Amino acid sequence: MLHIPFWKRLLIWGVTAVILFMAVPNLFYGRVELHNDAVKTIEAAGETPELAADAAGWPGWMPSGLVNLGLDLRGGAYLLADVQVADVYADRLDGMWPDVRDALREERDTVGAIRRIDGPADELHVRIANPDGMARALEVVRGLARPTLSLTGVGSNDIEVAGQGDVLIVTLSEAEKRATDDRTVQQSVEIVRRRVDEVGTREPSIQRQGESRIVIQVPGIGSADELKSLIGTTAKLTFHPVVSRTTDPDADPGARNLLLPSMDEEGVFYVVEQSHVVSGEELTDAQPSFDQNGRPAVNFRFNPTGARKFGDYTRDNIGSPFAIVLDNEVISAPVIQDHIPGGSGIITGNFTVEGSNELAVLLRAGALPAEMIFLQERTIGPELGQDSIEAGRIATIVAFAAVLVFMFLSYGLFGIFANIALIINVGLIFGLLSIIGATLTLPGIAGIVLTVGMAVDANVLVFERIREELKTARGPSRAIELGYEKALSAIIDANITTFITAVILFALGSGPVRGFSVTLALGIITSVFTAIYVTRLIIVTWYDRRRPKTIEV
Amino acid sequence: MRLKLVPSETKWDFFKYVSATFGASMLAMVVSVVLFFTVGLNFGIDFLGGTTIRTESTNAVDVGAYRQALTPLDLGDVSITEVFDATFEEDQNVSQIRIQQQEGHEAVTPETIQAMEAALRSVDPDITFPSVESVGPKVSGELVQTAILAVVLAIAAVLFYIWLRFEWQFSVGAVVALIHDITLTIGIFCLLQIRFDLTIIAALLTIVGYSLNDTVVVFDRVRENLRRYKKLDLKQVLNLSINETLSRTVMTSVTTLIALVSMYVLGGDVIRGFVFAMIWGIIVGTYSSVFVAAPVLLRLGVKRDWSKPSQGGGTQFANVDA
Repeated sequence: MLHIPFWKRLLIWGVTAVILFMAVPNLFYGRVELHNDAVKTIEAAGETPELAADAAGWPGWMPSGLVNLGLDLRGGAYLLADVQVADVYADRLDGMWPDVRDALREERDTVGAIRRIDGPADELHVRIANPDGMARALEVVRGLARPTLSLTGVGSNDIEVAGQGDVLIVTLSEAEKRATDDRTVQQSVEIVRRRVDEVGTREPSIQRQGESRIVIQVPGIGSADELKSLIGTTAKLTFHPVVSRTTDPDADPGARNLLLPSMDEEGVFYVVEQSHVVSGEELTDAQPSFDQNGRPAVNFRFNPTGARKFGDYTRDNIGSPFAIVLDNEVISAPVIQDHIPGGSGIITGNFTVEGSNELAVLLRAGALPAEMIFLQERTIGPELGQDSIEAGRIATIVAFAAVLVFMFLSYGLFGIFANIALIINVGLIFGLLSIIGATLTLPGIAGIVLTVGMAVDANVLVFERIREELKTARGPSRAIELGYEKALSAIIDANITTFITAVILFALGSGPVRGFSVTLALGIITSVFTAIYVTRLIIVTWYDRRRPKTIEV
Repeated sequence: MRLKLVPSETKWDFFKYVSATFGASMLAMVVSVVLFFTVGLNFGIDFLGGTTIRTESTNAVDVGAYRQALTPLDLGDVSITEVFDATFEEDQNVSQIRIQQQEGHEAVTPETIQAMEAALRSVDPDITFPSVESVGPKVSGELVQTAILAVVLAIAAVLFYIWLRFEWQFSVGAVVALIHDITLTIGIFCLLQIRFDLTIIAALLTIVGYSLNDTVVVFDRVRENLRRYKKLDLKQVLNLSINETLSRTVMTSVTTLIALVSMYVLGGDVIRGFVFAMIWGIIVGTYSSVFVAAPVLLRLGVKRDWSKPSQGGGTQFANVDA
């Protein structure tokens, strides 16, 4: 009666063995970590004897997937940033102004003289001298509209144009705004990643969350402040024509001009034109270097478009100063000595060696397209993480041992069967965590401890049922079979309800809570698997060998 | 010589004092609600916004001196608590400092944290800051919403699942038991003023899962016995079913509690509130599946005639593995 076909036995032990095998690297955490790091470095930068020795510390044919440790266990910093996507709208409209201006100038006969006037940041206002020509002006500017390049915005144009008296108003369309937002956030994620990678910490995680947010997790970094100063700098480099130089901080820069402070000279301000000649987005390279006087400086090179703009401007404006502006501060304002056709140049200023190096890194990684506001942050020191791991490890071992003893005292031999299954169960959880590359957090450890307690539940259900069936005295073999059969519906129902809550937690939770839901869900799956397949197989195998007349559960 | 927490055969009458036990449960729920509205929960920064800094030093924590050092910084509401834990070393003195949301900032500024750290260092040069956490008002508002949504969704989902698998009366019984467990857990958090943060919500949902797990096992047996003993009245069937599953109920609760208590004692202070919520939840959850869910089911009654097609209650999924 208690027959389990050979192929099924093979499958059960096979699956168990494979997953347990995947869990093995976690027993040698330090060594495998060294191996993985070494392999990665060798791939990227070539082999050295030390790296080769590290890599050889763990055999290559063994699995090397590890359970990632969460920030609360490893130490590091977490930031939740909100990208100010609306910042970009003004830039987009500024970029359109030359085209709008040129198009309207061609129609000067109908619309009269045109002038850009101030409006809200996300609108472009143009006054035309001849209001009667508004219809024509609208037509011309609408002709500049291009289709929005996004899946959701198919069929709509990028700008909307309206006339109000003698003022023509250009705004970005809703579809274009959404598309722009999307690009802005993607670009920000990319740039943050590049900046974090330059520092070279292990396994940083940079993820987009929702519409405009970015979650940044960097293990091993000293503090969230450090991380903020690394990624929070916009590093927006622009080159502007200089109008004048002043020491009056309240000076009126005039329309379409900006008043910017100097970075080095206290109390000195420059009035520059708002529209920039060329921006850091068009840089292809930036390297720290030294100027002819041996002071630290940064060398840069533009891409072809940038090089052409830069070349044209320098050719036309020899003798006049232009400002190199970084994040709204003037680094320096040299006078153009000569036509610079090659598209490369040098930024000099009052730099230290570190300062020029940092600027070069920031320029290489690119400017953040928009400012980021930090909504949430967390710093966990490595010692606290280590303490948590230690405490979690001890608690798990004690919990585990106590449950094993309790099960043996309650169910005797069958308790030992359940205990074997419980040990396998925890191995399976670690194996699955390694396979899916999940992250273990402190609540996650609590989830494992909870699972250790609850995992015996399915076995308890079965054993209690077998006890009951034994009372009706239909022989041990029948009792075991009925025990499993009848307990099944309770096992399934009870575990599905817990599983549902784990799924909801996963969907709505974040960070450590998510880690908990993952271990809880995996624990449910493995405990049901071990109870209805593994323990059963052990019991049936034992029964086949011994053929006892009576059993005691 | 087997360890038996429950005699192998019990015939206890769980409904003998039903008005007393059920009444006590209802009273406890009312007290919890009153506590919630009068004393209130000790919300953590996850829900209120603000910043917490954990300090650690070899010198004893001097709450008064810490407070004095921080007062000139004009941070608004500052709370300083010393943290004690069995897992700490002899000379490991830990405190937790919490400041309110600073006006006009989404998150705490690096300057504020640096100023606080400098002020505390002037009191105790050996002090270190193993963790800093800050939550802005936007995020804390969203976290509250998500937390409520999670709890409501979890209850709705299991309500639906049980209705699918059993009859609606079972579903109501299970959910009343659930609400009982959650209310009492919130009540104890109000009473003891343990910090209520995001991980406690996770614990609440786990309690939802566990409490149901327990209730479902009892109900599963009730369903089975209703079919087997057609002559017995509902009260007898319920009593029989609870007695039959009692040994399992106690066994599972005890193993789970053994595991959690070891986590509570040895797992460190960072996670203690979370584990406490689960321990409490398992105790009330076990109690409620016997003394709350079953009486509700008894009061609502169950359709006994299984031969006719169901009307209104139950679905075609109810007999899947009957």
